[in-house]
Amino acid sequence: MKQSNRIKAMVKEEQEESSNRPDNTAFTQQRLPAWQPILSASIVIPMFVLIGAAFIGVGVALFITSRDIQLQELDYTGDDSEHPCFKCRTNTEKCTCSMTFSIPTLFKGPVFFYYGLTNYFQNQRKYGASKDDNQLYGDLNYFTSPSTDCDPYTRDSKNMPIVPCGALANSMFNDTFTLSHTVNGVQKIVPLDGKGIAWWTDYNIKYRNPSITPLINAFNGTKKPTNWPKPIYELDTTDVYNNGFINQDFLVWMRRAALPDFRKLYRRITHDDYAAGLPAGNYTLTIAYNYPVHSFNGKKKVVLSNVSWMGGKNDFLGIAYIVVGSMCVVMSIVMLIVYARFKFGEDD
Amino acid sequence: MLRRRLNRLFGGDEGRVHSRTIYVGHKSCPPNEAYIPPKFCDNRIVSSKYTVWNFLPKNLFEQFRRIANFYFLIIFLVQVIVDTPTSPVTSGLPLFFVITVTAVKQGYEDWLRHKADREVNEYRVSVLEDGRRIRKMSAKIKVGDIVEVEEDETFPCDLILLQSSRDDGTCFVTTASLDGESNHKTHYTVADLESDLQYLSATIECEQPQPDLYKFVGRMHIYRNSQEPDVRSLGPENLLLKGANLKNTQKICGVAVYTGMETKMALNYQGKSQKRSAVEKSINAFLLVYLFILVSKALVCTTLKYVWQSKHDETWYNEKTQKEKETNQYLKMFTDFLSFMVLFNFIIPVSMYVTVEMQKFLGSFFITWDKDFFDPEIQEGALVNTSDLNEELGQVEYIFTDKTGTLTQNNMEFIECCIDGFQYKHGDGSSELDGFCVTDGPVNKIQQKAGREREELFLRALCLCHTVQVKESTKQRQDQNDQFDQIDQVDGLGLDHGFLDPPQKEMGFIASSPDEIALVKGAMRYGFTFLGLESKNMKILNRNKDVETYELLHVLNFDPVRRRMSVMVRSKTGDILLFCKGADSSIFPQVRQEEVERIRMHVERNATEGYRTLCVAYKHLSAQEYARADADLREARLALQDREEKLMAVYNRVETDMILIGATAVEDQLQDEAAQTMEALQGAGMKVWVLTGDKMETAKSTCYACGLFKKNTELLELTLRTLEDGGRSREERLHDLLLEYHKKAVQDAPPVKLGITRSWSVAGHDYGFIIDGASLSMVLSSSSEPNSRRYKNLFLQICQNCTSVLCCRMAPLQKAQIVKLVKNSKGNPITLSIGDGANDVSMILEAHVGIGIKGKEGRQAVKNSDYAIPKLKHLKKLLLAHGHLYYVRIAHLVQYFFYKNLCFILPQFLYQFFCGYSQQPLYDAAYLTMYNICFTSMPILAYSLLEQHICIEVLLEHSTLYRDIAKNAMLRWKLFLYWTALGIFHGLVFFFGVRFLFSNPALQDNGQVFGNWSYGTIVFTVLVFTVTLKLALDTRHWTWINHFVIWGSLAFYVFFSFFWGGIIWPFLKHQRLYFVFANMLSSVSAWLVIILLILLSLLPEILLVVLRKPRGPHARQIAAVTPLSYKHLKERE
Repeated sequence: MKQSNRIKAMVKEEQEESSNRPDNTAFTQQRLPAWQPILSASIVIPMFVLIGAAFIGVGVALFITSRDIQLQELDYTGDDSEHPCFKCRTNTEKCTCSMTFSIPTLFKGPVFFYYGLTNYFQNQRKYGASKDDNQLYGDLNYFTSPSTDCDPYTRDSKNMPIVPCGALANSMFNDTFTLSHTVNGVQKIVPLDGKGIAWWTDYNIKYRNPSITPLINAFNGTKKPTNWPKPIYELDTTDVYNNGFINQDFLVWMRRAALPDFRKLYRRITHDDYAAGLPAGNYTLTIAYNYPVHSFNGKKKVVLSNVSWMGGKNDFLGIAYIVVGSMCVVMSIVMLIVYARFKFGEDD
Repeated sequence: MLRRRLNRLFGGDEGRVHSRTIYVGHKSCPPNEAYIPPKFCDNRIVSSKYTVWNFLPKNLFEQFRRIANFYFLIIFLVQVIVDTPTSPVTSGLPLFFVITVTAVKQGYEDWLRHKADREVNEYRVSVLEDGRRIRKMSAKIKVGDIVEVEEDETFPCDLILLQSSRDDGTCFVTTASLDGESNHKTHYTVADLESDLQYLSATIECEQPQPDLYKFVGRMHIYRNSQEPDVRSLGPENLLLKGANLKNTQKICGVAVYTGMETKMALNYQGKSQKRSAVEKSINAFLLVYLFILVSKALVCTTLKYVWQSKHDETWYNEKTQKEKETNQYLKMFTDFLSFMVLFNFIIPVSMYVTVEMQKFLGSFFITWDKDFFDPEIQEGALVNTSDLNEELGQVEYIFTDKTGTLTQNNMEFIECCIDGFQYKHGDGSSELDGFCVTDGPVNKIQQKAGREREELFLRALCLCHTVQVKESTKQRQDQNDQFDQIDQVDGLGLDHGFLDPPQKEMGFIASSPDEIALVKGAMRYGFTFLGLESKNMKILNRNKDVETYELLHVLNFDPVRRRMSVMVRSKTGDILLFCKGADSSIFPQVRQEEVERIRMHVERNATEGYRTLCVAYKHLSAQEYARADADLREARLALQDREEKLMAVYNRVETDMILIGATAVEDQLQDEAAQTMEALQGAGMKVWVLTGDKMETAKSTCYACGLFKKNTELLELTLRTLEDGGRSREERLHDLLLEYHKKAVQDAPPVKLGITRSWSVAGHDYGFIIDGASLSMVLSSSSEPNSRRYKNLFLQICQNCTSVLCCRMAPLQKAQIVKLVKNSKGNPITLSIGDGANDVSMILEAHVGIGIKGKEGRQAVKNSDYAIPKLKHLKKLLLAHGHLYYVRIAHLVQYFFYKNLCFILPQFLYQFFCGYSQQPLYDAAYLTMYNICFTSMPILAYSLLEQHICIEVLLEHSTLYRDIAKNAMLRWKLFLYWTALGIFHGLVFFFGVRFLFSNPALQDNGQVFGNWSYGTIVFTVLVFTVTLKLALDTRHWTWINHFVIWGSLAFYVFFSFFWGGIIWPFLKHQRLYFVFANMLSSVSAWLVIILLILLSLLPEILLVVLRKPRGPHARQIAAVTPLSYKHLKERE
């Protein structure tokens, strides 16, 4: 009896203990096994040397690659009165001018044909937001009542809805270029490929034409953007898959540039004759000069460039890598000196 | 303090009507008068804050009263109203999230309260109405109802005990849920009532409800047969409080006097005043800086925008709308300013508040969970009452500790006594029946004993003069046995000796103070056993095994002002005796002076040995004297107002002209590891002040024992004794002494270098300062105002230069005064008070951090504390380990949060310079929203919960490490500037790195170009990785959780970006990020620039970490170190 009482008491005590006593787990006792890395000099110095070496290596590779990229830039703004395009600078009529240039050695292919604009703020907020993605996705409901984001490019003076509406579409770059190669005194047109210049997802998924054939019927009761010479469904009448909203020139323009000085891909030179590149020789660039940049002191240029695995020519990356790599190496040397001196001090 | 404050708070009602009248059983009294039922509130308890209807508006209102929430609401509203660059969702969603989470939490808590309220309110109770028992809901009880309560039930409201099933008219209750004291307390019925309550006709007049649990004054008028009403006094012993439990009593009946929200329990249900930690103040200061940065950024951008616009005319490709052209220029500027504010508002993140709150809340669990704080004796661990102050534990500079129960165990043992100047020490077990082993008294060299008569008188006094109860474990009474097994019973703590024979009666003592038990037990050792109190008769078993009975006439209770207590008893022979025991200083003036000197020596010697001494005196009362005292006492007890003062006056009148019999010495053992703890705390640079109500000698010896005073410590004494030396007026003497000590301790002390101000071993001289309550009040309230301020300053300066300070003879309020004095002194040092008793509550509430010891003196200290620990020794780990870690964690959390948002928003700011100040966001809205919520929140939260930059063992071993974080070291402006500079550096690197890359946006090998969203995404990717890796670099303690959240967050970012860019989201107006991330990853240049920029950003960090690494003897142990410790380690070497 007495015994059992005591046992009961003990059991009770144990129960009480277990109910009140904090859990003895690694987590509750803040004793989770932990890795305590120490960035000691003996690890960091070799690490820095390695990183430095790797960076310098990459940097040199980048630098060489970038240096090997060929670039042909032609400013055709025509600010200079000597310039062939000077006449077109303020001309509102259709105006064509041509520039000649020569390529001394083979311009390795594939060659990409860019146009560039400077002092052009495609990245302004209101400008960038001035479009209606629903229209561009082919939603006919928004053809007749475009989003007010497009103001003041929503409706024309007769209050007709504009498709595609908005400042971004309205200001689409509309200079056109032809490039001809002088072979034995004869101008041979270099075929330019207008495909594959925009992101694949843009012309396959993000932008859609309304599923009405012919396309023109979808645009009944709408107007073309005021600055456009022709409506969107006539951008490329030769190819259904490059017409309307999925016209790649249009898509390239619609992808806003990050900075006020930018270039955009215009054409690729992929024709069999020029697959290896543009051979050395004289070339003529004929420009249908439409796009006004004079009012905002902008410049227009054409850039011919080939690309490498790292993209277009850009010396920054290579130099930056070399600099950072060298910094690592220098730092590791400094650290080594500090470390050594400190160690000697300790030994004393 | 608390009481005063509360009294002041609730005093308003009392001012108008001093008392309330209650008609017992709702019967008109006297019976012929018309009965007008008075209006009192019903017994419904409402602890909930909200109802279903007012929850939403009330809760929202309360949440938006917080400055931060309000700020975010304003930003949100601006986004809704003004045309801003980011959609309202970006700031609305996080705000909504925060508000919802808080509302849900508060709603849940309130629901729990509702549930608890309902349970209490719907509890069925028995009410006697016209002689019948009626069951009704607790909420329906009205004042004046007679309520019946059975054993183990909880009292439904505050009751006056009318009837008890026990024949002696008592009942036992426990008040565990009120003040945590689990011992049984005796309450008494109102004397001489009708046995049948149905015929009771009485009114009760009592004070208005007030929150003090231990105070009640009232008067009961009993009307019988149209005579003049009988009047009975009612005191707290008659009042049963709501929330207490009935024990050991079958049932009781009582009349409800306070109900519902007017019960003492409800009145005590008050939140404590909020304490704010130093870290929070730093956060607010930093916040202001960031607010300034934010506003100036917005201003700069607005200004530049208009400057830029004046140079750049409106371009043909981006014409303004008609509306824009018409808008007032200044209004446009203003909306532009607001837009920029919105664009940059992420620099002050909503999530920081959430993270800080979560860190504090979750972090505090580690204290509760710590098994080192578990005390097997009381079966309890540490308790966290507020999690707001975790980090403050790492910042303590001054510790104010109570002595009894905190430094010492409050486990009293009777050591010796002195009777008539002869010393008696109890031998070890082998003593004879008369139990006295006599050692040399200092007075008489010859071994001698006091007269047997005196001995017995002394022992009887010990047996009678107390308020101890005998606890009966077995209900059936048995004949007295020769042997007793004694059980100490203090706060329900039993020590079972375990060798009982069945018939023996277990017996224990219950008392409010352990001294009393020690004394009763001491008397028992010498042959006088207190058997208990039975219907006002105290029984004593004397040496001859005879039972003596004394009628207990009056108990003159102990109070801290008088510092003594007395009983009046009538012996069998009819003699009326008064026995008094109390502190020497309070007894000596009240006794005839001839005996004093002999005993004083004993008392002082005992006190220097660290014992607690009490003097015992007695006096014979003649019948007339007794009659007068009796009448006075009764009158005073009936007084409704100033009862205490009146009682005190009577007590003082009665307790005069006594004869001193002897003194006792009781040892209060030091707490476990008290000395080590104190040494560690001092080593950590904290100054320990002992504030005690005890005598100087006792306290001093405790200080020596704890190592607070060392052998070579020079003591500077400022007590009544030193003040009375020299024969001049106290004022002058005080002035001189203060100046002298100041010269010694402050002016002559070697100037300490800045870095080691808090070092104690450097100075050749250690000073200890001792001051007593009387001197302190002279210092604090000197006659003239300029003097007083000067004295205060001198006093503070002396104290601050002493290693330890002892303040003895302190009243509770004085303790708080000292804390306040130090708290408000120069530099606003962080103070910590630790104590275990009700007398420490005031200083616990006053200090920055209040710590309660779960000791033996009840639970008030614990209830009012911020943290409670079972033992003093736990303080070491609480401060040195937990406090240190919490501080480092939260400091890093705060700095990191500001840093990561600075480098988040800086690129966005810089981008404005390249986009014509058009408020174009650099990042997509999803990134803006998710950055703080998802991508970077978890790693820092995990860090701030788990980081141990130095492991706990090392922290405990090297207490000096605590000094490294002293004075808010990790949140100083210098470090804040460092972090800010780092943030700016990173922001610049991110933005311009990508900017140079984009000088040719053809970044893919297919010649296609990237647009502005690709730009932002690259910057954002670099940002997320750098910020997370920066934290990884700072993490010294990688548990699997850290690994999981750090790598998990990065993986989640990548996953989310793919997901976000992989689908055409129908609810989005613009599919900005469609395939941007995937396209970015297809570009080698993007990869290379991301790697480059991350490394470049982290390079200086890595370099710093390496160079900061400690070397030397401690290097192995202190593997990883705070930013400051390396320097200190070197200094120490």
